[in-house]
Order: sequence, then C-alpha cells, then structure tokens
Amino acid sequence: MTDQSRIRNFSIIAHIDHGKSTLADRLLEKTGAVTEREMREQLLDSMDLERERGITIKAQTVRLDYEANDGQTYVLNLIDTPGHVDFSYEVSRSLAACEGALLLADAAQGVQAQTLANSYLAIDAGLEVIPAINKIDLPAADPDRVATELTGIIGGSPNDVLRMSAKTGEGVDDLLETLVKEVPPPQGDPDAPLRALVFDSYFDAYRGVVCYVRVVDGNLDSGDSLRFIATKEVHDANEIGFLRPKAQPVATLGPGDVGYLITGVKEIDRIKVGDTVTSDRRPAPDPLPGYDEPKPMVFSGLFPTDGDDFEDLREALEKLRLNDSSLMWEPETSKALGFGFRCGFLGLLHMEIVRERLEREYDLDLVATAPSVAYRVNMNDGEVREIRSPQDLPEPTERRSITEPYVKAMILTPTEFVGPILELATSRRAVVGNMNYLSPERVELDFEIPLGEIVFDFFDILKSRTKGYASLDYEPAAYREADLVKVDILLNAQPVDAFSAIVHRDKAQDYGKKMTGRLRTLIPRQLFDVPIQAAIGGKIISRETVKAKRKDVTAKCYGGDISRKKKLLQRQKEGKKRMKMVGSVEVPQEAFVAALQVDDEL
Amino acid sequence: MTPAEADRFAHSAAAYVHIPFCSAVCPYCDFAVVAGQDHLAERYVSAVCAEIDRAEPWRQLDAIYFGGGTPSHLAPGLLGRVLEALANNHGIAGGAEISLEANPEDFSIDRARSIRHLGFNRVSFGAQSFDDDVLVALGRRHVAQHIEGSVDNARTAGFDNLSIDLIFGAPEESERSWEDSLERAAAAEPDHISCYALTVESGTPLGRSVRAGAPAPEPDVQADRYETADRRLTAAGLERYEVSNWSRPGHECRYNLTVWAQGEYEAYGNGAHGFRDGRRFRNHRRIDAYMSKIESGESPRSGHEAISEWDAELDRLFVGLRRSVGVAAGSGTETLLATEEGKALASAGVLAENEGRLVVARPLLTDAVHRSVLALTPPNVETDGNA
Repeated sequence: MTDQSRIRNFSIIAHIDHGKSTLADRLLEKTGAVTEREMREQLLDSMDLERERGITIKAQTVRLDYEANDGQTYVLNLIDTPGHVDFSYEVSRSLAACEGALLLADAAQGVQAQTLANSYLAIDAGLEVIPAINKIDLPAADPDRVATELTGIIGGSPNDVLRMSAKTGEGVDDLLETLVKEVPPPQGDPDAPLRALVFDSYFDAYRGVVCYVRVVDGNLDSGDSLRFIATKEVHDANEIGFLRPKAQPVATLGPGDVGYLITGVKEIDRIKVGDTVTSDRRPAPDPLPGYDEPKPMVFSGLFPTDGDDFEDLREALEKLRLNDSSLMWEPETSKALGFGFRCGFLGLLHMEIVRERLEREYDLDLVATAPSVAYRVNMNDGEVREIRSPQDLPEPTERRSITEPYVKAMILTPTEFVGPILELATSRRAVVGNMNYLSPERVELDFEIPLGEIVFDFFDILKSRTKGYASLDYEPAAYREADLVKVDILLNAQPVDAFSAIVHRDKAQDYGKKMTGRLRTLIPRQLFDVPIQAAIGGKIISRETVKAKRKDVTAKCYGGDISRKKKLLQRQKEGKKRMKMVGSVEVPQEAFVAALQVDDEL
Repeated sequence: MTPAEADRFAHSAAAYVHIPFCSAVCPYCDFAVVAGQDHLAERYVSAVCAEIDRAEPWRQLDAIYFGGGTPSHLAPGLLGRVLEALANNHGIAGGAEISLEANPEDFSIDRARSIRHLGFNRVSFGAQSFDDDVLVALGRRHVAQHIEGSVDNARTAGFDNLSIDLIFGAPEESERSWEDSLERAAAAEPDHISCYALTVESGTPLGRSVRAGAPAPEPDVQADRYETADRRLTAAGLERYEVSNWSRPGHECRYNLTVWAQGEYEAYGNGAHGFRDGRRFRNHRRIDAYMSKIESGESPRSGHEAISEWDAELDRLFVGLRRSVGVAAGSGTETLLATEEGKALASAGVLAENEGRLVVARPLLTDAVHRSVLALTPPNVETDGNA
C-alpha cells in the first residue's frame, strides 16, 4: 500500500496531435517504467486506428515511480484521456479519478476547442490544472502567444507556464517536479468502507472484462467480494494490480491508488464505466457522484453492400461492442438497401471511427445512410415518441409538434474568421451567444445550434471556411420545438427510404434540390425516363429527370471476335451486380454513398 | 431478306483472313494492325499460307473475307498466294463471295484490275466520311474525291458488289456534314453501306486523348446520327439487315451473315477469330508472335473454347439478335423473356416477338439485350438453391 501523501494522480488534456502520446512515452522512459528497448513509439495508443489517426479512444493508464529532487520517491498515476468531444463522458470519468490535470497545448497551433472543453471539465471537477506548452522546438513555435491563451483560460501568469518539447525531452524534468509540487495528494479515508470508481474498462479475450479503478476510500483486497452499486451485481476480485504499464498483480489497492480489477465477468455490459465498487460485506452507504449512462446522439443506418454480409456485420458490431459499450444498434430494414442496422453513436467522430473499423478490421463494404438525431414527437394523444430514423416519423395529422435536440457549441478560431463562422452558424439556425477573446488573435464563440444541423457537413464546411484553423466542440443542451418536415426522395415515383431526411421547413427546398440534382448525375440512364422527385407528403418540391438512354450498342462485332465482346459485356454485367433495384430502377451502390456524402460546395 | 434466307447461312462455310498491314494506324483503331512493317509482308503471307495448308481439310468455302488492316495495301501477288492456298486446301465454291477491304487513297485502276483478276468479287471501302475536315480529324489519309474515284475504278475493273464503310459521331462532325456524307455515299450507288459509331477504345491514341480531356463522341448525338442514317439509306433503297449494316436486297455480306447465323468460319492470320467443329478459337494478336509460332511448327492459337449446347444457344441469340430478322424462338429466347430483365426489355419495346421470332426492335440498345442474354442460366439447371 502506498502512502497517499506520495501519490499524484493526473491526466493530460491535449488536442489531437499536440503531443500527448509522445509526452506519455517520454515520462515512461524518464521514470524507467519501460526500457528503451521495450519502447515502442507512442506506447500508450495501442489500437491501430488510434495510432494511425493519432487520437486516443480508450483511456490508458500507467503507474510511474519518480524519485523527485527532494529525495523522496513518488507514485505518479498517469490516466490518459480520450481527446475528443464524442468521448466526453469517458473524459469526465477519467478526470474524476484524478486530482490534477496537465493542460498541454501545441506551441504553434495554440489551444483548440476540444482542449478548451476538456479544461473546463477539469476545472469544474475541481482539479488542479497545470498549463504547459509542447513542441517549443518547432520553427513555427510561438510559446508567448500560446501562454497568454492558456492563462486566459485558467488564470495565472504567462511566465509560469511550463515550456517543453516532449520530442527532445527538454523541460520534461521540470514537468515531473511541477507535478509532484502542484498536484494535490489524494485524501481518501483508509478506514471508511471501500469506494472505488470504475473509470474505464476493456475486454480481454482471456481474462474477460478488465476494469480500471481508482480507490477513493478504504482498501480493495484481492479476493474480496465486491458490490457494483449501479448494476447491483456482486463479483469477486479475482485479481487486482498496478499498470506499469504491464499488469502487476498486488494484494491490496489502498486509498488514492489506481489500478486494474478483474472479476471474471465476460460481458462488457455488466460493468458500467462510472460505477462505484464497494465491499459486499461492508458496503458504503453512498456511491461516488456522477454515474450517468452515455447516450447516443447521432444515428445512422449501416447496410452491407452485399446482402450476404448481414450476419458478418452483426458479428462485427458485437465484437466492437466488447470494447465500446456506448455503441448501440437495432436491426433496420430498408426497401432500397435491404437488411442492416440503425446504429447510435456518441457523436460524429465516434460514428466515423466505428464505420472505419468495420470496413477496415472486418473487411465489410458498407453503405451508411445520412446521419440523423433523435427527435421527440408530441402525438395528438399526448404521447411523446422518440424517433431516430426519418422513416419512423408519424404522419402530420397524428402529431402536434416535433422537438429536436440542440447542442451548446463552442468554436475556437483566429479572429479573422469570425465573420464567415457567424454566417455559417446563423445559416444553420444557430442562436449566437458569447464571444470570449482568449487573446487578441483568438476568440471563443458560443452558440446553441440544432444537432441535426451539424451532424451532416457542418464540421467540414467550418474547416474549409477557416482554412482548418477553427475547432469545434459541443455538448448536449435542451430539446426545442421546430418546424420540421420529412423530405422524401422518389425514384420513378417510388420513395427511396435511404434518402429521406427530416429537415427544417425553410431548408426543405434546398435539400430536395441538392439531392435530386446529385442523383440525376449519379443514376445511370435506364431504358426509360426516370423522374427523380423530392416531396413533402404528397407535394413535389423539386424534380429532375434522368433521360432514357438511347444508345447502348457496340458498333462492330469485328471479324467474328465474339469471345472478346462477350468478355467486355460480361464485365459490364459484373458492374451491374453492384446495382440495387429500386422498383424498376437500377441504382449503383456508389450513388447511395455519393448522394449522402457531405457537401463540397461552400 | 427473309428470316429463312438469313438463317440458311448457318450452313455456310466461310473463312476470314487477317492482313494487318497499314500505311499508318488510324488513331481510333483497336484492331491487330501494324504500320511501317511492309518488309514483313512476304514472310507474313508465307506464314498465313502455311497455316492454311496445315488446317484440317474442310468443306468448300462459300464466303471469304480479307479484313485488316488494309488488305488492299498488300501487293496483289501476295493476296493471290493466300487465295490459292485456300483454294488448294478447302476449295472455293462456285459463286462464292470473295471480299476484300480497301482504302480509297491507293485503289488505282491497275490495282483494281489486278485484284479483280485474282478472283475477288467484292470490295469494301474504308471511306468513313465525305467531309474532308472529318477525315483529317479521324486521321485518315484520303479525301472525299478519292472515294468516288476508287468506286469508279472498281466498277471499271469489273467489280459489281461494292460496299462503303462510314463512321459517324466524331466530335468534329456536324449533323449537316453527316447528311452530306450519307448523300454522297448513296449517290455512288454502292450495293452495301456500313455505318459505325465512332467508338473510343482504351489503349488507342484516341482513347488517350479523350482521357486527357479531348472531346468524346456524345451518345445522344450518335443516336441522332444513326437515326438519320437509317432514314436516308432506307430512302435510297437500302435495307438495314444488321445493327450497322444496310444493303440492296440480295447484296448482304455473306461472310458476316455466316458469322451471325452461327455458321462456321475458319480464321487465318494474327488476331483472327474462328469457329469450327464446335470450338471458338483465336490466334496470337501480335504479328511477330504469330509468325514465329507458325515458323517453328507450333500452333498459332492463343486460346480456344468448346461451345456446349447451352453456350451455343446463347451464342445463337448473341450473334443473331444483331440482325434485323432476329432469331427463331427457342429455349434461349424463352428463358430470356421469363427473366425480370427480359420482361423489362420487352416492356420498354426493346425486344419484340414477331411470328415465332424474337427481334431487337430498338437496335441502338442491342448491348442491353446482350448483357441480359449473357446472364441467362440454363432453364433446367438448379442455381445455388437460393433463388
């Protein structure tokens, strides 16, 4: 058991690519947790996708022994946090396991919106926030400017901000000393009944669910019978230990300790991140604060391109869920796309990551329908229905009103882009709130905006209008009533469910025009004219026509070369296999993908 | 031509001879041709004659077709050696059609006489257009006047069965210039006219320039031009008997009719394709590979396939449906019309049934029919069981 006065539990808050993983590696090296030979680049980001995209999805944790200048050896528990807004629930759980947070900003790029959002989370959680600037070795580094931004967020003097380069190692020793000095030691009650926070979990094929826990009060002993307060389940502590970063079993985790817990549970659903673990013999009366079920906010239908892959898709989703309990799905049937799943995601990045993993790791070809949000429909009889797919929207005569989820959005941007951003935001029905200058060059814009307006292409347009400099973060706000309509797209008078969308009445015309226009270029000419219409209820709001093809013939069957011609036509035929029949219209798979792609026009 | 007349060619025996030599290669050409290799001509003809000599003896030939390339580019003496080899090994039926492709720029009266004298009785001119600007755009080396002169020379030399090939739909061509070409072609009073839509083939100079952004032929414009051609040529007394071919009644190309009726045809020369004794076969496409195979006593074949009964039925539709007379009803047509695609084609008016025959009523959509034919499975054979 470790003396609490010598434990420091901290997280690193940083934007993607701002060097968090490199710094973590450097800390492992400096404290001798891994030898140089064992050192892999960016050890803590172990999932392939994380390594490739440079983002952290699952929190990773490591216990470091550090001999400080005062001659004492301290235990530093580094609890890595996911860097992205979609995983803010996981971030807040990780932060709840710490007393301090290192706020790390790139010396050239400065603070980004996600970092800012996570810093606010840390400040709200009462953590000691230590500002630091990384990558001071970069030619474009402007640490003075970034120091001003950082102190604009958390207060203090720019001169006190740590400056370092995780890459070269410069300033890392100062950082270690600062952590020891500034991060408060845990102050748990060793004699109170056990209370430990489950701040993350993952699935191991051999051991089952592995929980990451932070002991707050009391002791967690190997072999104890444990009660999980939220799930009301009781399991034995089969094994507990430290992460150094390899698992090192121990007999006891005392107050302030961070480590892992294996109970033998095989189903990830039975362990909830944010739950409190207590002793079954001597249970604590109250759980630790803040358990909350993360809710999916963005929904999209995923369909295998080849209908035969449906079961493979289900299996792949089940496997992904082993490590991602926030991923939800239910079977969905589309007339146009066949059998698939309507999936719920925490946010846009989460959706993108899941799709990418399904396609890459499970080798599936997928068509994803336009992302949607959860609308609440007030029915005539007073019932409130939540709908996650445009197909489920009840007829206008059956409902009184529709409300849609808003988010509080925050954009951090160089001041020169404020104009274009406000224009974009108001065109998306945003209610603009505060403007907060972090420095003369950078401003934080706050507003409330319907989530449905940002799920599709907002982020891409924001990036292109600000040359990539603006960053966006958001958190759920309230539901508000809106004049929403369902726009259907009809091919040859047949509605194509995959293209239906719920949009604001003022945008319906635009959506209809855009989709019919796109489809006209994407749908190959058929044997007959194919009208493409956008409609609200029975009312057509936009129309295009794919004219019947007139010529589809090889001019010459040369010199009796029948085999070659057959081969050519056979190949064209193969191409047609990837067509979906919508009524009597052949629609290439690519058309579904391309029609639902984000806007490239500005 | 009546269906019965057309189908009788199923019993003909034909031969195709490929002559790959050209003075220059046209930018759109996708055939097995060479330019600037005239020094190989003798050696090549020897190889072709050797191939003919080695072929299994066969029936007498009812139709012989010298295609290319530019067969008229070859010295008449060399053409004569090939004809002689054919006569020696297979025999040539009395009244057989002996056809040769010719380019207008060098079809002098002397050459015309020599070729006629060898026994050729039909000439097909690669005229392509009567618009000199279009001819330049197509990379041709003659002008419109050459065509009319060549036709005159051929007539003077005693040819009474002449054909003119035209190409339509080049971006440089206008509706007006196409009508002009049709008019001048008809005025030359050939017995036969072929009109081919300019096709962009990958691997040709045209294909490369289109990929680099040059204008490509417009399918709708080509459809218009095709309809213009059909109207004009019909008015001039020619009848369309295949997608791209019109003729005075009785002057259809018999070699082609044989291919389209699933008759058998021998094939000699590089890149040539034949069908004999239930097998389709093809020769090496490169002239050097072809010659060295022959010269070392090996087979010049680059591939062949046996045609099963069902394949033969599909081929019957595949080749036969390009003809105006279509094909007689059979297991293939019945299977086709029972599929969703077949029904869709019928309801769109592409396929029509007429007195026990199936015809493609909209010839410009023939490939749509062909793709459906290729997808057919034999009526009594189980598929994967999940139908």
